[in-house]
Amino acid sequence: MSDLPRTQHIIASGLVAIVGIWITYVSYTQEPAAAFLFPRMISSVFVVLALWTFGKAVLGRTNVGEGLDAAAMKNIAPGLIVALISVYWAAQTFGFYTASTIVFFSLISLYDSGPHAELKSWMRRLIITAGFLAVMYGLFAMVLNVFTPREIFF
Amino acid sequence: MEFLLYMGDVFTPVNFGLLLIGTIGGLILGATPGLSPTMAVALLIPFTFKLEATQGLILLGAAYTSTVAGGAVSAILLKIPGAPANIATTLDGHAMAQKGEGAKALQLSFLSSAVGGIFGVLLLIFLTPVLAQWALAFGPSHLFWLAILGVTVIGTLDSSSVVKGLLSGCIGLWLATIGFDDIMGAQRFIFHPAVSGGINVIPALIGLFALPQVITMFAKGRLDAGAEVIVVQKHPIGAAFREVFARWRALSIGTIVGSIIGLIPGVGGQIAGLVAYDQSKKFSPERDKFGTGHSEGVIAGESANNAMVGPSLVPLLTLSIPGSPTAAVLLGGLLIHGIFPGSDLFDNYPDVAWTFINSMLVGQVLMCIFGLYVAGLAANVARVPHSVMAAVVLGLAVFGSYSVQNSMGDVYVMAALGTGMYFLERFGFSAAPLVLGLILGPIAEGNFIQGSMIANATSGLGPYFFTGTLNLFLIAIVVSSILYSVWMELRNRRYTTKEDAMV
Repeated sequence: MSDLPRTQHIIASGLVAIVGIWITYVSYTQEPAAAFLFPRMISSVFVVLALWTFGKAVLGRTNVGEGLDAAAMKNIAPGLIVALISVYWAAQTFGFYTASTIVFFSLISLYDSGPHAELKSWMRRLIITAGFLAVMYGLFAMVLNVFTPREIFF
Repeated sequence: MEFLLYMGDVFTPVNFGLLLIGTIGGLILGATPGLSPTMAVALLIPFTFKLEATQGLILLGAAYTSTVAGGAVSAILLKIPGAPANIATTLDGHAMAQKGEGAKALQLSFLSSAVGGIFGVLLLIFLTPVLAQWALAFGPSHLFWLAILGVTVIGTLDSSSVVKGLLSGCIGLWLATIGFDDIMGAQRFIFHPAVSGGINVIPALIGLFALPQVITMFAKGRLDAGAEVIVVQKHPIGAAFREVFARWRALSIGTIVGSIIGLIPGVGGQIAGLVAYDQSKKFSPERDKFGTGHSEGVIAGESANNAMVGPSLVPLLTLSIPGSPTAAVLLGGLLIHGIFPGSDLFDNYPDVAWTFINSMLVGQVLMCIFGLYVAGLAANVARVPHSVMAAVVLGLAVFGSYSVQNSMGDVYVMAALGTGMYFLERFGFSAAPLVLGLILGPIAEGNFIQGSMIANATSGLGPYFFTGTLNLFLIAIVVSSILYSVWMELRNRRYTTKEDAMV
């Protein structure tokens, strides 16, 4: 038996089961039926396995997976929030390179083990960020000619 | 001996240059803990768009080969396996480094990797054309079962839970159905405009393999791992060369075990390395020395994990079934150039197929030569702070996903799948079967629909899909792999988990 609280497994497998039920419902109710023949096959297996997993979680018989601990989540949250804001909002608002630079600097500042009160640490972070921007611009804009959203800033 | 006709193509300036870049880059990436070979190859795919198919495959193949070998550097000098395939190497390699034999351990690891790797690629060269011709006899029902086999074998063998492995495969198969149906043109599961054209495989691969690693690095917080690189003393290469062949028993066991395991879809390099290590220990007269810094442990583990690289591509190049997550990524690299593996590849694009395979053969030699020189640099790269590594990988993932179709939708898909996969992995789900489901889904569905049409006009669905020697053989393998995994799970005798490799 895992040390992981049973509720975490119940929530995780419950969410997967809900997705499975939704897929099965859509597969069996949408038309034309011929287009949903394969999804019906998959969703039938999917929902059985998902409910099996959920049942095991409810009975406390799940013994695989380390789950989430509070300390790790506390560490993950700031980085994940910054990354998701960048992807879903900042990239198209400020432009790809500006958003990426801000995010890169934010992430290394958040997770760098160097002291925050030291000017040297901040200079190092700025230099690394400038290097990152130069490499990414060189690779994607100049070598691969990828046209990225520019928006407010370059 | 058709492959010899295309050997010269490997040495054209562009191809050889890419081979060098892939090899040296792969060695450095491989030495970086947290950057698995699959993730490294997935992140490289966007850089192959501008290249010809052969050139792109040379770059990806070289990176695959050398990331597996490069992982030995951090395994030996830092006691952190660069990839799951290098777990066995930490057992004796790091102990050797602690005894002041770090250089010797690195030399033995690269030399045995090259021997194992060359044997594995030769197996690929001689088995692939035979199996590709045999694959011509496959009809839609067989290809359908093969696709299901690919998902179930990886789902059951690569996961720590059979049910969750299969469930991961189902999630992948479902994701593959999102978008417009090919035959009726009907919309299926389009719950957001970003997925209206279906889920593009490349951003999905990048998200599923790269983002969970980024989030895992976030989870470490501001802690500095403080990995201490052991300084290596000089060691004559000639002595290492002689020792590799003097330890022929460990070298043979590693090479043969790695090659056999590589041929089995779904069984990864970590299993090859650990099984070879275990078998070498059993057959060695010096078995008591294993774990204390014995050179046979390094030779067996490293020859095995590189010997499996070539054979792991046999199912991909012959039957279009990727036998491993990295092979699935390579399939993505082929598909973006409009090339479909199987007999078609060898009949219509022999230059692409043979130049790619030959480059892997030459790449093994280059990997050995450069590995010995790059090891010191690679070990220092392994000390790059995880904050910088996470930010760089995230940046590459975002830019790489966007560059596939110049679409923000792909970036959204990458971010959503990657974040979701991190949380799923924490609860025992696995990325490999999900990716296989996503890639093999269209193959399974296309052949199922085609088979259904044939069946309706002839014998009916049941007899068409469930009778015939080949159908029954494939179904038997699907059922056997599930039963075997259930039996193994009940006995609780898993060798290791992926998490162990990423510590």
